[in-house]
Amino acid sequence: MTIESMPMSRALNAGLRRAMEDDPRVLLMGEDIGRLGGVFRITEHLQRDFGDRRVLDTPLAESGIVGTAIGLAMAGFRPVCEIQFDGFVFPAFDQITSQLAKLTSRHEGALSMPVVIRIPYGGHIGAVEHHQESPEAYFAHTPGLRVVAPSTPNDAYWMIQEAIRSNDPVIFLEPKSRYWQKGEVELEASALPLHASRIVRRGSDVTLVGHGAMVTTLLQAAALAEAEGTSCEVVDVRSLSPVDYGPILDSVRSTGRMVYAQEAPAHTSVGSEIAATVMERAFYALEAPVLRVSAFDAPFPPAKLEGTYLPDADRILEAVDRSLAY
Amino acid sequence: MTWHAAVGSVGRVTPIEAPLVRVLADDGSYAPTADAERYLPLIDALTDAELEQFYRDMVVIRAIDTQATNLQRQGQLALWPPSRGQEAAQVGSARAARAHDTLFPSYREHVVTRIRGVDPLDIIKVMRGTSHGGWNPTDPANGNTRIYTLVLGSQTLHAAGYAMGLAFDGRTGTGDVEHDEAVVAYYGDGASSQGDVHEAMVFAASYDAPVLFFLQNNHWAISVPVETQSKVPLVGRGAGYGIPSVRVDGNDVLASYAVSRTLLDEARSGLGPRAIEAVTYRMGAHTTSDDPTKYRGSDEEQRWAQRDPIARMRAFLEGRGAAAALFEDVDAEAADAAEDLRSRAVTLTSPERSLIFDHVYSDPHPLMAEQKAWLNHYEASFEGSAS
Repeated sequence: MTIESMPMSRALNAGLRRAMEDDPRVLLMGEDIGRLGGVFRITEHLQRDFGDRRVLDTPLAESGIVGTAIGLAMAGFRPVCEIQFDGFVFPAFDQITSQLAKLTSRHEGALSMPVVIRIPYGGHIGAVEHHQESPEAYFAHTPGLRVVAPSTPNDAYWMIQEAIRSNDPVIFLEPKSRYWQKGEVELEASALPLHASRIVRRGSDVTLVGHGAMVTTLLQAAALAEAEGTSCEVVDVRSLSPVDYGPILDSVRSTGRMVYAQEAPAHTSVGSEIAATVMERAFYALEAPVLRVSAFDAPFPPAKLEGTYLPDADRILEAVDRSLAY
Repeated sequence: MTWHAAVGSVGRVTPIEAPLVRVLADDGSYAPTADAERYLPLIDALTDAELEQFYRDMVVIRAIDTQATNLQRQGQLALWPPSRGQEAAQVGSARAARAHDTLFPSYREHVVTRIRGVDPLDIIKVMRGTSHGGWNPTDPANGNTRIYTLVLGSQTLHAAGYAMGLAFDGRTGTGDVEHDEAVVAYYGDGASSQGDVHEAMVFAASYDAPVLFFLQNNHWAISVPVETQSKVPLVGRGAGYGIPSVRVDGNDVLASYAVSRTLLDEARSGLGPRAIEAVTYRMGAHTTSDDPTKYRGSDEEQRWAQRDPIARMRAFLEGRGAAAALFEDVDAEAADAAEDLRSRAVTLTSPERSLIFDHVYSDPHPLMAEQKAWLNHYEASFEGSAS
């Protein structure tokens, strides 16, 4: 087994490269992804190695990127679009939600839409407005889309390839604050299915659930709790639509308590949906209501306040304490 | 001849003059404008049978269009957007497209779709509420005609992207018009204000995509006149993108045909995108839910009625000595087509409830399976309980 230690940024680059090698119909498109390699360098050297007809430096227009990706998919390509920052996806919202998400249904199955939209998302990078948002609920709420978020370099490497192999549109959310943390990538292993959730730490008192960058924060919280004598199990949701409830419910049935943590505002969020479903399906196993730890229901503040706006390990532990107090 | 000179006496005038390609005068006489000169060889090459087919297309589809409006009035359809008045623009462009071309309509291209092989009943399905798409664009019987798009202008980006794909795959620009593919993107004066149309032109130009942007300026976006969309003739927009563009009298089927044929062949030869503004008129309402008396006068409608594309072509054919039997035959075919549509439309039934779930995703999806099973179980719980 070949194992390499690399940051998520390089794992994504390697995953994209492998997907392009495996299938000549895979094509990358986005702003500054070619010569520059993307503002986060995720696509570095791919245009050099695959040419400017497989790695397109597109005009600066997000709706144009997704809309022409749809046309390219109709012509038999498998486009992978990069949206430069989370807050820039909204000019493409109509093409994503009214067109991309509905075209297979509108064609009654006669047309597949194998389009991946990569979005670096989330905070903790100290950036200006529109560069740190968590828009996952908009897309998870849209029938016809699949939405996933890796939390580790290994998942990033495998999930981007799985997303590209999907015959449905996939919103691929990359936790940009985790781009530079290294992790082990098993280059030859078989991948966990794209839409599987996974228990990443065993524990017995409280189940902590989250996605993307928050998984690391949950693990920090679990370590701190351990020192105080509370055993937390941690579940990485990985797929926000559809959600694989099996491991989540198994864990909750064993601990009786659950806390969901996310960078997005709580109101009508992915965490809210998962909390509601857990309460519907595991009601008698619960010793306490499912609690959510989220950003506040306010716009992302100026970066100097992001540490207050976004949940951290302490806020998660505060919820753990509240859960245990029931 | 300028746009002012062409229509200034009969209709509303766009403020700045633009050259216009027109071959047939309002009365059907052969009177090419100066800007039409380069296209005349294509028109001279048309056979009597082809000219008669253009006329037949227009008449038969107007009868179908009228029948569909009637069906809506009788409660058989939720909605119908009439194509009445825009037949020449659509016949010309659809007959100009080659068999291997791909067409992206908006939602009023009933003429285009039928010429390419789509059964008008498939459009009825959309308007009756039994289907969202109506037809399968990958079925060869439908002549590479994509399905309707109801959000204005969205399809122009799909057309540009599809054409980019043709260029990337070398399916165009080899110099062989019998194999080189091109794309037609249909949209209107209202959609021309949409950002997606702008972005489609930017992308198409940047990648030399073989797409013809075919704008039918029917003067009205529901109740808003074209002057609100643009202070200058819409044909002028193409120049800003580096897209050669031509303004054509959209009620002149010969001009529409010849210009479309020429520009499509230019696009397929690797020269990049092209654009046409076909100046026409929406003779009917926006849809059957609309009331044009609220925003435009009957004097305007009467002026445009004098420029009816069908009457113009009929006068032209009569001037060439077409036999009365031709017109009787066309009228009979039109009546038959309309009756055939009616008889089939009223028998369309609701789709199976599984349609809600079956095609949301191409790959298996747990939520769809779960909710479909739940609905079936729920519905089954009522079986046998009816009194």
